[in-house]
Amino acid sequence: MDTQILWYASRATGAVSLVLFTAVMVLGIATAGRLGFAGFPRAAVLRLHRTLTLTAVAFIAVHIVTAIGDGYVDLNYWDVLVPFGAGFDPLWIGLGAVAIDLLIAIGITSALRRHLSVAVWRVVHFSAYAMWPLALLHGFGNSGGDGHRPWMVALDVACVTAVLAALAYRLRPDGHPDTMARRTALAVHPVQNSGAGR
Amino acid sequence: MSGPARAPAGTLNGRAAIPRATSTARLLPVGAGSSWADHLARLGPLPAAVTDAPGHLAQVLHASGLMGRGGAGFPTGRKVSSVAAAVLRSRTPAVVLANCCEGDPTSLKDRVLIERSPQLVIDGALHAAAAVDADRVVLAVHEHAPAKAQLLAALADRPDPGCEVTVVGVPSRYVASEATALVRYLNTGDARPAGKMVPIWETGVNGRPTLVDNAETLAQLALIARFGPAWFGSVGTVAEPGTSLVTIGGAVPRAGVVEVAHGTPLRAVLARAGAVPAGWALIGGLAGRWVELPAFAEIGYSTGELAAAGGTRGVGSIIVLPPGGCVLTETVRILRFHANAGARQCGPCMFGLPAIAADMAALAGGDRGALDRLRRRLPVIDGRGACGHPDGAVAVAASALSVLTGRDSAHLRQHRRARGCQPPPSVVPLGAAELSPRSLSTGVRS
Amino acid sequence: MKTIARKGVVLRVDPIACRAHGLCAEELPEAIGLDEWGYPILPSGPLPREFLRRARAAAAACPVLALRLQAQARR
Repeated sequence: MDTQILWYASRATGAVSLVLFTAVMVLGIATAGRLGFAGFPRAAVLRLHRTLTLTAVAFIAVHIVTAIGDGYVDLNYWDVLVPFGAGFDPLWIGLGAVAIDLLIAIGITSALRRHLSVAVWRVVHFSAYAMWPLALLHGFGNSGGDGHRPWMVALDVACVTAVLAALAYRLRPDGHPDTMARRTALAVHPVQNSGAGR
Repeated sequence: MSGPARAPAGTLNGRAAIPRATSTARLLPVGAGSSWADHLARLGPLPAAVTDAPGHLAQVLHASGLMGRGGAGFPTGRKVSSVAAAVLRSRTPAVVLANCCEGDPTSLKDRVLIERSPQLVIDGALHAAAAVDADRVVLAVHEHAPAKAQLLAALADRPDPGCEVTVVGVPSRYVASEATALVRYLNTGDARPAGKMVPIWETGVNGRPTLVDNAETLAQLALIARFGPAWFGSVGTVAEPGTSLVTIGGAVPRAGVVEVAHGTPLRAVLARAGAVPAGWALIGGLAGRWVELPAFAEIGYSTGELAAAGGTRGVGSIIVLPPGGCVLTETVRILRFHANAGARQCGPCMFGLPAIAADMAALAGGDRGALDRLRRRLPVIDGRGACGHPDGAVAVAASALSVLTGRDSAHLRQHRRARGCQPPPSVVPLGAAELSPRSLSTGVRS
Repeated sequence: MKTIARKGVVLRVDPIACRAHGLCAEELPEAIGLDEWGYPILPSGPLPREFLRRARAAAAACPVLALRLQAQARR
């Protein structure tokens, strides 16, 4: 296959993946922040978050396969998982590899969610906050050159803005009655760490 | 408070005499003497538990028909069986947790029992420990209660029990003495109920099978171990053999704790406190029922008979209201107590209990809509918490409503007309935990 | 109705874990309601077969995994 097409496909699917994962981040943050509207209830927000994740994974798969397949740069499948060992652009490719590793961990734990403790699932899922910026940096720093193009930079800025806006919404003071009622629990039922005979 | 004169403690074949079968002075010794020596003189030594037949104690308890005395009334034999089975499955030793807390402020029976027969409670815990293959006994008691010192003194007074026995002080809060809360406190320091998802008879203290029993239940167990199921059933009824400790309080001449044989008519139980069956009483504790005493005079004191008549045994207390006492006013106080006492872990409880407390107060103030709100909310809250706390609040509230729309409806109409009544001073004890309404929260759905 | 499965499936919620997100009631409004404070009111008995798929979706939708499906032997 014409390696030029593969190269373009890799860059394009990379950009699309970034947009999709940005949407996934925003929707995940919105779910935790209890965001929902009349025509778009919270359950729909969560479903879209999961659906777009699968779509994004598909695009990432194409992005990886075409990047390796075009042969222009020295990459193999091992470098997809083990970071910073690639013959080409080891740092920036490596960031992508770390992001893929985190993505795999998030994917497996989410698939097996019912069988894991909530705490374990949550810790791994929160690594999305590392995965996403790594993916963005990977796209920015690649010396394929496109990362620094104005349209790509503008896309990066838009994605960062979207996630920051979602975080600003999420980090607003939690006034939900359940949260506020539970907060009083520790005042009324303080936990005692010392305890003779325990 | 004592029963009929007991037989003199002589010796029979070198052993102290068995307490007279028909006597109800079993748990509480007549006269002084809660020392180890007095205990042995009165009752003889505790027999060794049959440890090579793991189901033996459970069988004996099944035969005796002993039911828990902590409020739930669960058959003790079945509880022991569950723990013993869990020990076999998990191949770890069990833990016996004696609940000596007595969190319900209307009940004094356990503190009287521990003051006068602490050795009997410890006997029961040790016997149960040997029978379910436990290597640890914990006597859980409220941190600043006199019972804590009494248990420590009793332990020091007796020979080495052979397994680890500790007295642990627990926060003096209502929900802290719930069985799963005790286990959670020992594991994490958080004295709040842990729910029914993980059964404590399988995974309790340190992840081990845990037997939690009320102090009085263990004391009864110790007597059954000595004298057998037949002796145990020589008083009481066929359906409910044996005796129970009952706290009689409120507007009675001689408030205190009595030991009664099951089936004793309520009239006779009240007579032990010098009271007659007149007016209203709260029976079963803060999660109990309001009963009109004249209608209950001939009802026998037992779980079955009380429940069938619309009462409940609960924690074994009867609080009699004075003449002119107001069921509604007392219920408002009780519901506020329940709202403040919750662990604040479960939505229907942390929002529902303050809501029904406010509704009941509004009802007392003459609000006509309050009755409908209560009728709508009570079934919604019932059964939707992780522990029985909201269920108890719902039950006492429902009982009050039943009284106020039934036998005492004239009084409710008076509340509507006059927006209240002038009740005599409240008699239902709420302990030190009666907080101001300021600390209630009323949640609104987002 | 012919019942092939000998086990029924019931919905259970861990009341301590539940944070009143309400996604479960959005996924299966025919069976799951919310009380006035936003907490789920679940049906007491086994679920009808036609609700099972959406009941699994409701359990999967819970952000804190408070809602579970439990197998219960039919008597």
